Amino acid sequence: MGLPRNETQLIVEAVFDTLKETLQKNESIKVSGFGTFNIRNKNSRVGRNPKTKEEVEITPRRVITFKASDQLKEAVEKA
Amino acid sequence: MTKSELIEKVTEKVEGLTKKQVEAIVNTIFDGMKDALATGGKIEIRGFGNFRLKQRKEKTARNPRTGEQVQVAPKKVVHFKTGKPFHIALNS
Repeated sequence: MGLPRNETQLIVEAVFDTLKETLQKNESIKVSGFGTFNIRNKNSRVGRNPKTKEEVEITPRRVITFKASDQLKEAVEKA
Repeated sequence: MTKSELIEKVTEKVEGLTKKQVEAIVNTIFDGMKDALATGGKIEIRGFGNFRLKQRKEKTARNPRTGEQVQVAPKKVVHFKTGKPFHIALNS
């Protein structure tokens, strides 16, 4: 494409920074042909330390889920 | 946010590039990621997260409408794990 390497790097960083800022605002992102990033709010729940069997409270949190598009699913199925 | 909105935002952020140029780069990024996963690779994006493949075993499932049993072939699925600094940023 004829762009210098450092400029390309800036753009790649801008892309992922934008994805992060958007998710941070509780907004989901749909990249057609690739997949969807969703952000979900999880309530607090009781978990267990599998090693010690001790009960611990899992604090409420925000998690990112990624769902691959049909195209991506198809591309990796037989990888 | 859609891909075209993402392209617009990135064009605003980076000076001196047209939307067309940014569009080409954004498409190259996601196509490249797709190709890397399709050839069995793992993608690590510092500060964002990792993409890797997980193996799903063959299983017998049921068509929920007809109740008919079908055999589902083994396959690979994409798994995304949020990077630690990003996870912390989301939860503070």
